[in-house]
Amino acid sequence: MSSPAVELRGVTKRFGDEVVAVDSLDLVIEDGEFFSLLGPSGCGKTTTLRIIAGFEFPTEGSVRIHGAEMGLKAPNERPVNTVFQSYALFPHMSVFDNVAFGLRMRKVEKSDVENRVRRALDQVQLSRRADARPSQLSGGMQQRVALARALVNEPEVLLLDEPLGALDLKLRQNMQLELKDLQNRVGITFVYVTHDQEEALTMSDRIGVMSEGRLLQVGNSEKIYENPESRFVADFIGDINLLNATVTAKGLARLANGVEVGIGDRHPGSGNVILALRPERLVLQRVDEDVPAGRNQLRARVARRTYYGDVFYYDVEAGLEEHLEVKEENRPDVERFEVGEEVLVTWRPRAANVVSD
Amino acid sequence: MASEGGERGERLMTTTRRRPDLDEETPVTPELEKAAEKAESRRGFLISVPAYGYLVLFFALPLVLVLVYSFASRSSTGRTLLEDWNVESYRRLFSDLVLEISARSFLLALVTTLLCLVVSYPFAYYIATRTPRIRNVLLVLVMIPFWSNFLVRTYAWRVILGSDGFVSQISQAFGGEEIRVLFTIWAVLIGLVYGYLPFMVLPLYAAIERLDWSLVEAARDLYANGFTAFRKVTLPLSMPGVVAGSILVFIPSLGAYVTPAILGGARETLLGDYIVSQFLTARNWPFGSALSFAVMFVMLLATIFYFRAGAKTL
Amino acid sequence: MSARGAPRTLVDRLLAGHSALVYLFFYAPILLLMVFSFNDNDNVQIWTGASLRWYRAMFENDAVMSALRNSLVVALLSTVVSTIIGTMLAIALERYRFRGRGALDGLAYLPIIIPDVTMAVMLLIFFFQSLGIVNDIFGTSLGAGLGTITLAHIAFNISFVAVVVRARIAQFDPAMEEAAADLYASRWQTFRRVTLPLIAPGVAGGALLALTLSLDDVVITQFVSGPGSATLPVYVFGLVRRGVTPLINAVSVVMLVASMILVAISLGFQRGSVARGQGLADPAALEEDLRGSRSDAETSPAI
Repeated sequence: MSSPAVELRGVTKRFGDEVVAVDSLDLVIEDGEFFSLLGPSGCGKTTTLRIIAGFEFPTEGSVRIHGAEMGLKAPNERPVNTVFQSYALFPHMSVFDNVAFGLRMRKVEKSDVENRVRRALDQVQLSRRADARPSQLSGGMQQRVALARALVNEPEVLLLDEPLGALDLKLRQNMQLELKDLQNRVGITFVYVTHDQEEALTMSDRIGVMSEGRLLQVGNSEKIYENPESRFVADFIGDINLLNATVTAKGLARLANGVEVGIGDRHPGSGNVILALRPERLVLQRVDEDVPAGRNQLRARVARRTYYGDVFYYDVEAGLEEHLEVKEENRPDVERFEVGEEVLVTWRPRAANVVSD
Repeated sequence: MASEGGERGERLMTTTRRRPDLDEETPVTPELEKAAEKAESRRGFLISVPAYGYLVLFFALPLVLVLVYSFASRSSTGRTLLEDWNVESYRRLFSDLVLEISARSFLLALVTTLLCLVVSYPFAYYIATRTPRIRNVLLVLVMIPFWSNFLVRTYAWRVILGSDGFVSQISQAFGGEEIRVLFTIWAVLIGLVYGYLPFMVLPLYAAIERLDWSLVEAARDLYANGFTAFRKVTLPLSMPGVVAGSILVFIPSLGAYVTPAILGGARETLLGDYIVSQFLTARNWPFGSALSFAVMFVMLLATIFYFRAGAKTL
Repeated sequence: MSARGAPRTLVDRLLAGHSALVYLFFYAPILLLMVFSFNDNDNVQIWTGASLRWYRAMFENDAVMSALRNSLVVALLSTVVSTIIGTMLAIALERYRFRGRGALDGLAYLPIIIPDVTMAVMLLIFFFQSLGIVNDIFGTSLGAGLGTITLAHIAFNISFVAVVVRARIAQFDPAMEEAAADLYASRWQTFRRVTLPLIAPGVAGGALLALTLSLDDVVITQFVSGPGSATLPVYVFGLVRRGVTPLINAVSVVMLVASMILVAISLGFQRGSVARGQGLADPAALEEDLRGSRSDAETSPAI
């Protein structure tokens, strides 16, 4: 199929006159992609997913699935299936009947239903619990039943609404890998809604970051993490230092403490900008040590050191609006600094992202 | 923003050839969304139509009729005449007799409610603080009288309180006097408390059982003694149950008819039997209607108070 | 919690004693009535030995039997109709937004709130007026009777059924219905295969409540009944006002036992859902429950 799996054009959803849940969204999700919608709660990601599924109609806009306009089609008329955050397994049916539900509704032949349900349950390693009731299963198992129940219908697109949200950390990490494997095996397009940035980064082919109903940036994990285009994306994903600066000349900007630093040549901006610097891109060194050529440097004092096991976090005071956060690995060859010690913070000009406000 | 997706989408829009049947639906417009919403709301309305129709015909309309009747006049033979509209019935509400009956009923309902509350609170508290297994058993034991026939439960007290009933027999056996409780307002009070006690226990239980006990522990941790913790934490948090239970006992007590008819005396008329007598014996429907309407009005005020107090469920 | 772990304190003992007295208060009159219904003597209070003679007398009493028949007819008819209408009402109020919903919500609560006597007055006037009009127009001579009683019972039962069913609907995850639609079920199929089975315990509970209320009602029935249409409670009420007799004891006990059977059935329904939500699951699922993802377990139907 040459058309994209999902295509949203100018999709807006207003609840009443006041609330704009989704604001003129344009989005194309390619066939076979693992696409994540990432954002804080209330950003419109779940509404977007529900619009694709047909649980809500947009106030205006076009939703196409493999080229076909969905318009006002009911959920049961759409070639997509959903894995719900609460799983929404039917408590009065066995696992088998849950998984068979969609096939039976579509009047698939009896023997065929049997085979396909068995295969789907095999796929999620639950063949032996086919006769159990959902309430007799653990959360992780219920989650897999929900997956099987959706996938058995071979949907053109699988929609997942924070499906791992109810699981504990360890189980969640296992399921992340399992989900990704499953998606590779079945080759179905996944649209995955999550507020967990780590989940989105590790699983997705591409991520769309949403805030206040708008899609702020779309790209693969690396691009989203390394090159955030806006203050929101930079701030939402991972830890980051955001520094106000004024561009003084091409490739140069002055920080709030008056120090001029190099900012590389990739940015178009001038005037006031924000420099986004990841803590792990900053390096601390002794004041009397030589700074490698080409690196920016700031004189600072260690205000706090926090031990995380594998890493140290330093808060350093460099005469800026806020303390800078620096992340150093806990290795024998990386020097440790004490609170109150004078240090130099250095980074390569290209490590700083210039983002819009 | 969405620059990447946007560009790629643009390109695909122009290159993708679509099957003709793919475009049977059109993109949604605000008008279409409105229409879909309307269709959905019409569906809801249609489902409610039988109940709506029934309640309008057999409840709202009768309610309006009572109001109409309360302004009607009465012929000398006791027929209601839907003419000569007047407020005479309402004026009569303020006669000494009606005020005395109302005051008596009100006081009786109030005392019934307070008695039920005082008896039920520690009882409900005790049930709510048992282990789940025992709690279920104790609760079932409350449910049985709750569901049992009200008339029969009231009748049982008539057997007990009669002049040659058990209470009296026991009293006489111990050399006391013959006790005459039956056919007095005290018998009615006992009957009402007995009849409506479960209505108080169940909401109280629900409220106390829902309580977050760590709050009580927090109060104890912050140097409150057991009684203070109860007074400052448990009691305020169980208020919705107190309010709900009080309303559920107060309203039927105020309009009680069966209990006074079986256990009460002829001299101490209460609102319930007074209203009934206007229809069945005195044949003064306009006045009876005005009385009913006034009682309903008081109930409504009580219920508004009930909802204000934030109790959500019955 | 005073009972949790801590040794039994004085307060706890007082509470236990108080509760025992309350239970005594609840049950002593009922039990006495039961015992004395087996009394052989014509005088209610003088015990002369056990016998079933009053029960025999009851079954041979035509007035009692006809009143019982009336009660059963009215109760069954009004229960069926009010359960259907009340369930539809509950679904409409709980799941849809439509014009007039607020008004309907209020209207549906009123029959629960207002006292019997006022509702009785309302319906008396209504039937008097409307039967008059109907008879004038169609030249009929319809009067109050089992028909008007049934109509009246439906009027108050709809609201009670709706409250019970609504509580059940509010408990279950709306995503359940979305999931059915998502899995290609039409609206009707969704209702038939998901919604209805999940609210069934609520519907059954509502029906039992309606049945109980219908079998219990005295005041409203008395106002809208006609000659020969007295139900059992109305008939008994009439007898009781005249005095205590051993026959009434026997009838009362039968009515009491009937309502207790209804309680037992209703508790059976509740128990099913409780048991599935609590103990029967395997430990892993139980652990999940404790962690908060118990929505599924809680909505388990009882049947």
